[in-house]
Amino acid sequence: MNRTINLSVNGKRHTHQVEPRLLLIHYLREVVGLTGTHMGCETSLCGACTVEVNGKAVKSCTMFAVQADGADVVTVEGLAGPDGKLHPVQEAFWNEHALQCGFCTPGMIMVSKQILERNPDPTDREIREGLDGNLCRCTGYQHIVNAVRTAAKAGV
Amino acid sequence: MSTTFAPSTTKLEKLVGKRLRRREDPRLITGTATYVEDVKLPDMHHAVIVRSPHGAADIRSIDISKAKALPGVVAVFTGADIVGVGTVPCGASLPGLRRPDHHILAQDRVYLVGHPVAVVVATDRYIAADGADLVEVEYDIKQAVTDPEKALAPGAPAVHSQWPDNVAFTFHQNGGDIDAAFAEAEVVVKQRITSQRLVPNAMETRGVVADWKTNDRSLTLYTSTQIPHLARTLLAGMLGIEENRFRLIAPEVGGGFGSKLNVYSEEALTAWVSMKIGKPVKWIESRRENFMVTIHGRGHVDYFEIAAKRDGTILGLKLKLIQDLGAFHQLLTPVIPTLSVLMMPGLYNFRNIQAEVVGTFTNCVPTDAYRGAGRPEATHGIERMVDILAAELGMDPAEIRFKNFVRPDQFPFPTATGLNYDSGDYANTFQKALDTIDYHGLRKQQAEARAAGRLMGIGISTYGEICAMGPSVATPAGGWESATVKFEPSGKVTVLTGTSPHGQGQETSFAQLTADELGVPIDDIVVLHGDTSIVQYGIGTFGSRNTAVGGAALFYALQEIKEKLKKFGAAMLKAEEVELGDGVCLNPKTGESVTVQEIAGAAYRGVVIPPGMDPGMVVTKFWEPANFTYPFGAHIIVSEVDAETGDIEIKRYVAVDDIGNQLNPLLVDGQLHGGAAQGLGQALWEQGVYDDNGQLVTGEFMDYTMPRARMMPWIESSHTCTPSPVNPLGAKGVGEAGTIGSTPAMVNSVVDALSPLGVRHIDMPLTPEKIWKLTNGRNA
Repeated sequence: MNRTINLSVNGKRHTHQVEPRLLLIHYLREVVGLTGTHMGCETSLCGACTVEVNGKAVKSCTMFAVQADGADVVTVEGLAGPDGKLHPVQEAFWNEHALQCGFCTPGMIMVSKQILERNPDPTDREIREGLDGNLCRCTGYQHIVNAVRTAAKAGV
Repeated sequence: MSTTFAPSTTKLEKLVGKRLRRREDPRLITGTATYVEDVKLPDMHHAVIVRSPHGAADIRSIDISKAKALPGVVAVFTGADIVGVGTVPCGASLPGLRRPDHHILAQDRVYLVGHPVAVVVATDRYIAADGADLVEVEYDIKQAVTDPEKALAPGAPAVHSQWPDNVAFTFHQNGGDIDAAFAEAEVVVKQRITSQRLVPNAMETRGVVADWKTNDRSLTLYTSTQIPHLARTLLAGMLGIEENRFRLIAPEVGGGFGSKLNVYSEEALTAWVSMKIGKPVKWIESRRENFMVTIHGRGHVDYFEIAAKRDGTILGLKLKLIQDLGAFHQLLTPVIPTLSVLMMPGLYNFRNIQAEVVGTFTNCVPTDAYRGAGRPEATHGIERMVDILAAELGMDPAEIRFKNFVRPDQFPFPTATGLNYDSGDYANTFQKALDTIDYHGLRKQQAEARAAGRLMGIGISTYGEICAMGPSVATPAGGWESATVKFEPSGKVTVLTGTSPHGQGQETSFAQLTADELGVPIDDIVVLHGDTSIVQYGIGTFGSRNTAVGGAALFYALQEIKEKLKKFGAAMLKAEEVELGDGVCLNPKTGESVTVQEIAGAAYRGVVIPPGMDPGMVVTKFWEPANFTYPFGAHIIVSEVDAETGDIEIKRYVAVDDIGNQLNPLLVDGQLHGGAAQGLGQALWEQGVYDDNGQLVTGEFMDYTMPRARMMPWIESSHTCTPSPVNPLGAKGVGEAGTIGSTPAMVNSVVDALSPLGVRHIDMPLTPEKIWKLTNGRNA
């Protein structure tokens, strides 16, 4: 019943036998052991599980691991450089106090990176529209908007 | 002894009051923090709970045979198995309170949708879920009741058959002479005002990992909680195990907002299952379960009457408060509406009140503390009533507030509800908000807008709150807080706080305070919390108490350790008098000095122990506050309503908050923004809705509207500062201010916008449908 999948996660190749019903988020968290990606709602409405699949932001709670066969996946753990240097979006989230409890943060950072990759100089309105698929219950979003704007200035 | 006799030349920058970025963040922004779901133990098993699909039903039979036969399923337990496990605790002590037995698994009846009926334990979470699907439960469905006013009507279905009137308690609070006030009144206005059920929705759902070691008779429990020590005490009681063999860890906690200020069935159940099978067990709540069985907030139907003179002077206030309690009492369920009553007078000078609370059982999940906990309901009520009174009298809503504010020379101000407001200058803060937004200019703009047929509104809320919970006498389980400060022999400093921050940022702000007081570099300081085997007993995080109570305990611990440092420093310097400052102990006569790090090292080596002193350099302090604190502020929202669509656009949001002194204003901003978002969520979008059969209609993010980035306005936030005299930091607390201030400002703004149409009140949430009906001449 199990299927073999080959994929790259944060630049590292993985081959695993998985159940076809295994969700990508559970594969990343429990098989690969990367727990930075969080399950917030299981219904793709909160975005805490956002990762990149082949360069596009994807909600990993509503995608099967087998669908990522052959893909390049990037999670929040893959953003900082090998020397530990933070990605500009991570740095901006830190500087602007764009997180409190931190649970939505990995997803917020992944989607913010995507917003800036699609539009390097977004308006505040465009930033807010871009964050629409991600929920944060702590910050009221104001500092997250500041962080995305700051990261844009830093040139992502 | 490595004493240096040269004064330190590097003076450290003072950090309290600085906008320092958080020391918590590196682990959170890199995905390396450990939440409960990230905890993985050897041979860990997984639990999934079978829950009632009905609001009220008798359980006819439960067949677990198919589930048990599934490969990978290790055990299935039902209500018949949990003999000897205590019921879910409630900390309320209201006279005559009716307490239904709240078992961790249903016995012969279910009382709400989501009521736990059985638990399936397997080697894998997917198999546990498969097993749960195979448990067959036959129900005899009964009539449910979900609306508290319907529950109180004669002939309503009884939630608990032994109490056919569905009344859990009544509570009265009277102050002054209400009859005289209403006799003297030249005008009386009345309004029914609801505060709908809200779903707290911390982004991390609840979760538990339990690890019972049979041979040690010891339990380690990881749980997403705001109150690690209280939860340990109460769960130990339920499970019949000893607290000193029970380690409870609140690891990274992904938001709480009051919903994790509780003790839940699943915490005891997961622990009990681990004890039963002798293996570690994990249970992670789904979002659907979080909606169904984690506490809700609010749930009020309030009948207000306000008595006043024609000049706008408020004389008195009557309130009948019907609280939707849900089917059971969680930890503080019955307490919450009593906080509403305390807060009834708001910032105003009147001394006559009469309040009656009717706590009502319904077939719904229990209500309990949700950000603000009782105070948003009261503030919304009084701020709405003041606006309604102003409209009745043809007065400006700003003018009527100035007329009735408690004056600065009246502090400490005893309220009609028995509180003692600590400090404040309400008119000054309000004036600052009015000036910031150019209130008089706005009223002119509004007149022009109205002349042009546009519906523009200006909404004011001048709110107060009760924070820094609180004196022990007013708190069910103690209202003090604790802190330990310890120098390690190397001179590094560890702080242990009894609070349990989960996003509020005390790993940073408490380190700022410690660095300033001890003159130690902040990088040499670590703040730990949330582990009962590491931290001395503490009360936890709720009621805006981390800084104003926990920070005060830390401040006193720091003063005490400074005294100890001075005594050891004096002995090392062989001086009679020494001065301590900037991390150095100085003999002013000789100019000789030792650093605090050197003193700490010497205190551990025991080389010089001053007479009457003990070796080591550790101080633990428990601190009891003498009063609550009373932050306040003024929020003003400018809105415009689209008559054709019912949409509401927030044009401006100005907030001026007075929370006393601030340790880290960056963190304060974050608390206020987040609070305001939750308050606007209540005003505009959020509502927990049950149908008459007890189904939770808004059971997912798909049907429950959470505030998203595109829906939120830009919040223009500033402050005034009247330090609190209650604690040495002068801090009042900020966790709930935004939630309390924002809601009535928003509703008042929209009612003001629609006032040309004769609208006087609208119940929340102000959905476009409701507004459209009003702008199109239909009944809302």
